[in-house]
Amino acid sequence: MYSVADLKKGLKLTLDGDPYVVIAFDFTKPGKGQALYRTKMRNMINGTILDRTYRSGETFEPASLEERQMEYLYKEGTHYTFMDQQTYEQVVMEEETLGDSKNFLLENLKVDVLIFGEKAIGASLPNFVNLRVVQTDPWAKGDTSGNDSKPATLETGYVLRVPPFIEEGELITIDTRTGEYSTRVKG
Amino acid sequence: MLFRHNNLIRRARIIQEIRHFFVSQGFLEVETPLRIPANAPEEYIDPICSANWFMQTSPEICMKRLLCQGHEKIFQISHCWRRGERGRHHVPEFTMLEWYRANNSYLDLMKDCENLLRWLAVECCQQENIVYQGKNIYLTHTAKRLTVKEMFQKFSALTMEEAIVGDTFDEIMVTQIEPALPLDIPVILMDYPVEMAALARVKPSDSTIAERFEFYLGGLELANGFSELNDPFEQRKRFLLANSKRLATGSAPLPLPEPFLTELAALPPSAGIALGVDRLIMLLVDANRIDEVLAFSPEDL
Repeated sequence: MYSVADLKKGLKLTLDGDPYVVIAFDFTKPGKGQALYRTKMRNMINGTILDRTYRSGETFEPASLEERQMEYLYKEGTHYTFMDQQTYEQVVMEEETLGDSKNFLLENLKVDVLIFGEKAIGASLPNFVNLRVVQTDPWAKGDTSGNDSKPATLETGYVLRVPPFIEEGELITIDTRTGEYSTRVKG
Repeated sequence: MLFRHNNLIRRARIIQEIRHFFVSQGFLEVETPLRIPANAPEEYIDPICSANWFMQTSPEICMKRLLCQGHEKIFQISHCWRRGERGRHHVPEFTMLEWYRANNSYLDLMKDCENLLRWLAVECCQQENIVYQGKNIYLTHTAKRLTVKEMFQKFSALTMEEAIVGDTFDEIMVTQIEPALPLDIPVILMDYPVEMAALARVKPSDSTIAERFEFYLGGLELANGFSELNDPFEQRKRFLLANSKRLATGSAPLPLPEPFLTELAALPPSAGIALGVDRLIMLLVDANRIDEVLAFSPEDL
């Protein structure tokens, strides 16, 4: 059990059955009034942001979360399957839960899957992944339109802007935190 | 750490100029004991024990006794202690500026606040207005005076009276009213409900309102001032009520400052105010956290 004294950024707790992470926290005490603990929390399943104000003496259930390294296996419709390589246990995550991570998932990629109770509620990917460009228009030499980027489709179906010199079939590095092109993989 | 080093130099200069301001206005600087047998009991202020006495939570008790002895304009810069208060704008040991005026009311203190800030901006920042966290604060502008009642009418679904009855006054204040206060000029939030009067006098024209105000600057609550209650019977009643509320919420009741209550009948009509010096320095040096203007944070010790 946590008390208000334990509140800080990054603390994970259970509220109405869902796991939340504290993303902002402040102690306040309006003139001659009581101590209040203002928090901003993000629902770790659906991303909803919640503002809650607590008084001294209130308590919270910790969120029992576990992070396990798993390998991405395959996708079926909107279900993504991952496997724990130690126990061979498989978990399935909805596309919606994965959020933007789905854009960078390539079979056999190792990711950290976050488990709340029995449920997989998120995956954290490596900050950088390499993916192949499957479609992009050739660089029109002498293009004077001033465009310093062009659209490209990756093998996961994700579309992003890349520099004009990138060609179809090339391997590029993507920053999974921003979803942006990072560098071209040489060789 | 360099910014902390520079802030300490500016802090010394600001405190020097606070003294200069009050002395130039004819105030007497006083020093009263920091360790005392009893503070004014308040529902939500927990003192820190020192042997069988307490560290002061405010110098108010001793300073008002000096008014009873005939001093008319006094000020003090001293440390105060309040247990458990720690946050971006709170440390359990902090520096308080208090000043008192005999034969004046809370309205005179409001003008002092405006004048003090203008003085410090010019003397310590070499400008008439200041910039805090990227926003201009126009100190040359008269402070916006807003009543607590009208702010509840404008920004809360509940009236001030309903919030008191429903025990949600503080939450509404912090989540709805404080965020609605203007940031670009000084703000005076005035006329608190009598239930939150503490040591303030009731307004002669309205027995539900106390002559109490909070001075806000850049969204920061900087000072709490009021016309002083000088009725010892009423004051004892309020102290006992604060103690019974403390008991009801699991806090220990606190001893009463008996000599103060005995002398209170001799207090001329007066007004007094407590201003958080660390927060004042935060505003003048544009610091985001109170720690940035302290020599040491409690966690550093």
